Amino acid sequence: MSRTIDARLRRPSRRRRSLVGWYRSGGLTAVLFAIPVVLIFLYFSWGPVVRGLLMSVEKTNLVTSTFVGLSNFTYVLTDPGLPQAALNTVYYAALGLVFGFPIPILIAVFVNEMRRSAWAYNLLAYLPAIVPPVAGILLWKFFYDPSSVGIFNTMLGWVGLGPYPWLNSEAMAMPSLVIYTTWAGAGATAIIYLAAIGGISPELYEAAEIDGAGIWSRLWHVTIPQLRNVIFIMMLLQLIGTFQLFTEPFLFTGGGPNNATQTIMLKIYNYAFVNGDYGAATALSVLLAVFLCLLSIAYHFVTKRWSPS
Amino acid sequence: MSTAGESMTSAGESIVVAPVELQVVEPDAMHKRRRTREARDRGAISAADRKRPVVIVSMWILQIVMFIGLLVAGLGPIAWSARASVSSSQAILSDPMNIWTTPLQLGNIERAWNGALIGSALGNTVIVALGSTIATLFVSATAAYLLSVLRPKWSPILSGAILATLFLPGVISLVPLYLTILHMPLIGVSLLNTFWGVWLPAGASAFNVIVLKRFFDSIPRELIEAARIDGASAVRVFTTVVIPLSRPILGVVTLLTIIASWKDYLWPMLVLAAPALQPVSVTLANLPNGAMPFSVQMAAVFLTIIIPVVLFVVFQKQFLRGVSSAGGLKG
Repeated sequence: MSRTIDARLRRPSRRRRSLVGWYRSGGLTAVLFAIPVVLIFLYFSWGPVVRGLLMSVEKTNLVTSTFVGLSNFTYVLTDPGLPQAALNTVYYAALGLVFGFPIPILIAVFVNEMRRSAWAYNLLAYLPAIVPPVAGILLWKFFYDPSSVGIFNTMLGWVGLGPYPWLNSEAMAMPSLVIYTTWAGAGATAIIYLAAIGGISPELYEAAEIDGAGIWSRLWHVTIPQLRNVIFIMMLLQLIGTFQLFTEPFLFTGGGPNNATQTIMLKIYNYAFVNGDYGAATALSVLLAVFLCLLSIAYHFVTKRWSPS
Repeated sequence: MSTAGESMTSAGESIVVAPVELQVVEPDAMHKRRRTREARDRGAISAADRKRPVVIVSMWILQIVMFIGLLVAGLGPIAWSARASVSSSQAILSDPMNIWTTPLQLGNIERAWNGALIGSALGNTVIVALGSTIATLFVSATAAYLLSVLRPKWSPILSGAILATLFLPGVISLVPLYLTILHMPLIGVSLLNTFWGVWLPAGASAFNVIVLKRFFDSIPRELIEAARIDGASAVRVFTTVVIPLSRPILGVVTLLTIIASWKDYLWPMLVLAAPALQPVSVTLANLPNGAMPFSVQMAAVFLTIIIPVVLFVVFQKQFLRGVSSAGGLKG
């Protein structure tokens, strides 16, 4: 059907290859419609990617660039701060996966079982996602006040815990960031799970119930497997997001204390916009991008094996 | 443009990776989903379960725990910042948990709005969000129309080139993108300290092009054909047939773009260095370095929070539906 519509307007027949024929068949219109996307992508997407690859093997001072081979890469890889930043980034991603990842699923499963006031839970759970990150971070930075009158320390003091140093201690700074990002992101992710749970057919639960499955085993053997694909994708998106973590460490701690929250993204920022070493910054960006691509490909094959069919 | 994926959702907007298969969303898919949600009468817990005393009691307990938990986590920080915005610095700093009974200091809000430039920064945020949305809609709708309806011979090359950018993490282009803005190749102008530097890169979103193309693909070809037979030009078909039929998906793209540009921090911080142009996220982050007292900073935080929160509460139904259908697109 779709082929018949505008065979006239888009496919010039072999015989009429003249300019008039091309124009009549809509060639010019197609070019006009392509101009915005081609220009915008050339300038802001394809161009920068190619330029990034080139810059990673060049030394540049914005006026002249000279080819330096792999020296940017050797410089970046031998930077004494790199192992720490890489470990921090992996640590952050792992903490987020272990503690932050299940919470939105739990919220979604719970809200889905609510018959009357589901909207109220939804609303409350989504509120943190509405708070602009910078405002949320400034607020939480104050909540994390290490003195005994700090908001969190006061609250924990009611049950006899603390006071904790939070962002001021090397051991607790990264977990503190994870708590914040979980708070900020859980509601938005829960909404996506909720939509996916809504798509599970009730017959599956009925069948499980007839077979004698209790509520827990229905959740474990029906809900979770049915969500599998969404879970896989959200997990990958979260991983990719956390590996590019910037705003939180930048505003909460600036990478400290003693580099405990230094991340790869923060290093890229510092190379480029503090030291002005664009070659090193792009070299590290390329390394991170290659790593993320490999991660997604590996992830794709691993999860494919786990999925039926 | 969310170069540094701050949270789980915004990571997804700029970067969607290999295994993500976009579903074909039909024009009325959202209504269908709602209908099925309303029609179904059970989840994992059946009606018979709900009559068992154990289930009733544990559901009550669970409900109370969840409600208190979500209330504290969701509303708590906002309520505290509301009270802090009208308290004195001294009260906030000396005993932040007990500011509820301290005397009001109403001048903070006014000082934050005018003195700390939050008012004009909010205006800049609106300008940034609107411009980014217009750029995104224009670029991705024309591109999707080209790839879905016009389909010239070379469209597979173009769609392949657009699709390829989905697989590349945003981080790879951050620095070169900044240098591009600093000195645009060929035309030689600098977009630094202009809103164009934020608006135009926002248009380069492969995700939105693909989402719109999928939607346009699902528009019945008979409608387009009928308009062509009636003598409508390709541009007219675009503006009078395709665009009006795509309102729901255009709404979703608009919503996602506004949220992303409202949250974005790193990119506007780099491009809009002049304080008079900065959106509220950048102005707010710079406040602690300035001379404003702490109470005014807290008032500024509150002003930045309360506007989106009010908008969200008013439009929550449309908002949550839009966001969850976007999740469906990602999944």
